[in-house]
Amino acid sequence: MNDVFIIGAGQTPVAEHWDRGLRELGATAIRKAMADAGVETVDALFVGNMLGGAVNGQENLGALLADAADLLPAEAWKVEAACASGGAAVRAAAMSVAAGIHQVVVAIGIEKMTDAVGDKIAAGLATASDGDYEASHGLSFVALSALMMRRYMHEMSASREDFAPFAVNAHKNAALNANAMFREPISAETFARSPLVAAPIGVLDAAPVCDGAAAVVICSREFLRGHHRPVRIAAAAGATDTIGLAGRPDLLTLGVAKVSAEKAYAASGFGPKDIDFFEAHDAFTIITAMSLEACGFAPRGEALKRAAHGCFSAGGCIPVSTFGGLKARGHPVGASGTYQIVEATTQLRGEAGPNQVPGARVALTQSIGGHGSIAVAHILEA
Amino acid sequence: MRPNREVGIAGYGAYVPRLRVRTADISNAWRSRSAAAPAVAEKSVPGPDEDVVTMAIEAARTALDRAGIDLEDIGAVWVGTESKPYAVKPSATIVAEALGVTPHVVAADMEFACKAGSEAMQAAVAFVGSGMVEAALAIGMDTAQSKPGDALEYTAGCGGAAYLFCDASKAIAVVEASISHVTDTPDFFRRETAHYPEHGSRFTGEPSYFRHTLAASRKLLAEVGFEAKDFAHAVFHQPVPKFVEKAAAELGFSREQYKTGLVAPRMGNAYAGSSLLGLAAVLDVAKPGERIFFCSYGSGAGSDAFCFRVTERINERRRGATVLNYLDRRRVVDGYGQYLRLRGKIRRA
Repeated sequence: MNDVFIIGAGQTPVAEHWDRGLRELGATAIRKAMADAGVETVDALFVGNMLGGAVNGQENLGALLADAADLLPAEAWKVEAACASGGAAVRAAAMSVAAGIHQVVVAIGIEKMTDAVGDKIAAGLATASDGDYEASHGLSFVALSALMMRRYMHEMSASREDFAPFAVNAHKNAALNANAMFREPISAETFARSPLVAAPIGVLDAAPVCDGAAAVVICSREFLRGHHRPVRIAAAAGATDTIGLAGRPDLLTLGVAKVSAEKAYAASGFGPKDIDFFEAHDAFTIITAMSLEACGFAPRGEALKRAAHGCFSAGGCIPVSTFGGLKARGHPVGASGTYQIVEATTQLRGEAGPNQVPGARVALTQSIGGHGSIAVAHILEA
Repeated sequence: MRPNREVGIAGYGAYVPRLRVRTADISNAWRSRSAAAPAVAEKSVPGPDEDVVTMAIEAARTALDRAGIDLEDIGAVWVGTESKPYAVKPSATIVAEALGVTPHVVAADMEFACKAGSEAMQAAVAFVGSGMVEAALAIGMDTAQSKPGDALEYTAGCGGAAYLFCDASKAIAVVEASISHVTDTPDFFRRETAHYPEHGSRFTGEPSYFRHTLAASRKLLAEVGFEAKDFAHAVFHQPVPKFVEKAAAELGFSREQYKTGLVAPRMGNAYAGSSLLGLAAVLDVAKPGERIFFCSYGSGAGSDAFCFRVTERINERRRGATVLNYLDRRRVVDGYGQYLRLRGKIRRA
């Protein structure tokens, strides 16, 4: 296995891009990442995306974006892993370079959700769950997370309000991120008052529907030049679990988060104590809590207590969602995993401005799809 | 835009049905108890014997009575609506017949979502301004459509107003200028065979209502060379009160300037009748010499902006029911079930 490096990162702001489609968003992120890396051409393009077919009526995103970003005739195709698609695209791109097949490639995560509204988006997102035993019975993405959160609150004697620190931290960090969707800080009181979407999940527990694209340029050690500011992909790992919640022996262990993180720790030689910050898949506050416990940043049932003490905020023991996370930077589903990598790269280069984690050297990013049925974790090193 | 000869409003009339439904009753049927409070507390509902045609006739009769113009002088009748009783068959001919202005009259229905009424006003100004007719009647009236349980059901109200345009020498308010601003923006529509309209949720805001309302308003202000402070009143299309508050603030209008013309909080959004009702509420109290700024919005999408100057004749023409009279005349229906029956939303065959 060859060493693999990130040498370029680019993103569009996460927003409701009413006037920009997959083409424009994708080309912008790819060209920004390539300009950052100082490369004119690449060997291949890996596109992470979830809803192109279901919502935009557009598949074959490899060709669409290779054309839009002026990369023809590069090899290109789509990687789909529900909400983990962005992480999976980076993983696929890195594997191709590690295997020595390509020297320099682009991985992009992209999603255009606002072309559809309400029911159509909910139905599109529900395709990540079990079609036979969950989605077809009306269980939406939010409803499935609500079941997990209700169970967690029952088992751990927690209240809805105990989840506030995650949302408050995300909004606080997003306020300083020019690419974030929600740049207004919120208070624990605002969180507690937010209307319920599917009890016990309120509006401020959940990440928004939005559009965005983020891309990274990945290359081999041979490709590195003096002007590059490389960030090494120290390890990456994927994992899967039962697609439906009912098949899991323990609803409160996020198996894919645990397995993907532990595999990445083992492969990199780093452990939870070596990680300087964690870009978690905070699509819902319950997922943040369970991810922190699964990845070794809190014992089972302790994530909320540690959050209350500021452990996961800037200056805490392990800062989370340093640019706002899915919750407040925004969650263009198939793009979120790549946004995490772009943000971690920015941190490790020491270019995160007001969001900078001081002395950040090792980062964990984790992209989770389909209610913990699939995940990809990356450990990046400055 | 300005016509060849100066045109103004000879008379105007409003109509809002008596019945109201509490939006809390709608919320109880469809939402959880923790849901945010609806944007308006109640909205108007047509009675069992009311539709766009009967309501248009009511408003038009008041307009004609106030104008005091000979019926033979009325050369055009347009009804702007998106809830016409017949999919194919003009409402305007029924209204014209009821008013006694047939047969030598141009008559048609106008369709442009919520700006169909102001579209009729533009046409009336042009017909009178060119000298083709002495007077033209423009009506915006709706029994607004919405899908049960949809966000629109919490605001879609009923009502509208009629404006008779004539030569400026006989007008209570003179049209100083108007403009239109349209683009192809699919924020709200109903397909031919669909029962209820669809909308683009948050897309109906920034890229639709605000973009067109602000662009049309700014263009008109630039054309007439006035600023917000030169107007005593400002009237906008009012899907929800906060849209008006935001658009007005962006343009520099104060609450003092738009509050008289903001009727939505008491009756909801009467679609093609909404901004025209707001204008009628302003004319009910406006003083001679005052300027009124007006800007409609219709999905699909576009805005018509008008600049009016009120004349001395307004005081002598004020008679009959005011908009406030209609808003005060209210009876609340007994819950969501009765509302569904009145709106014909229960399929019985």
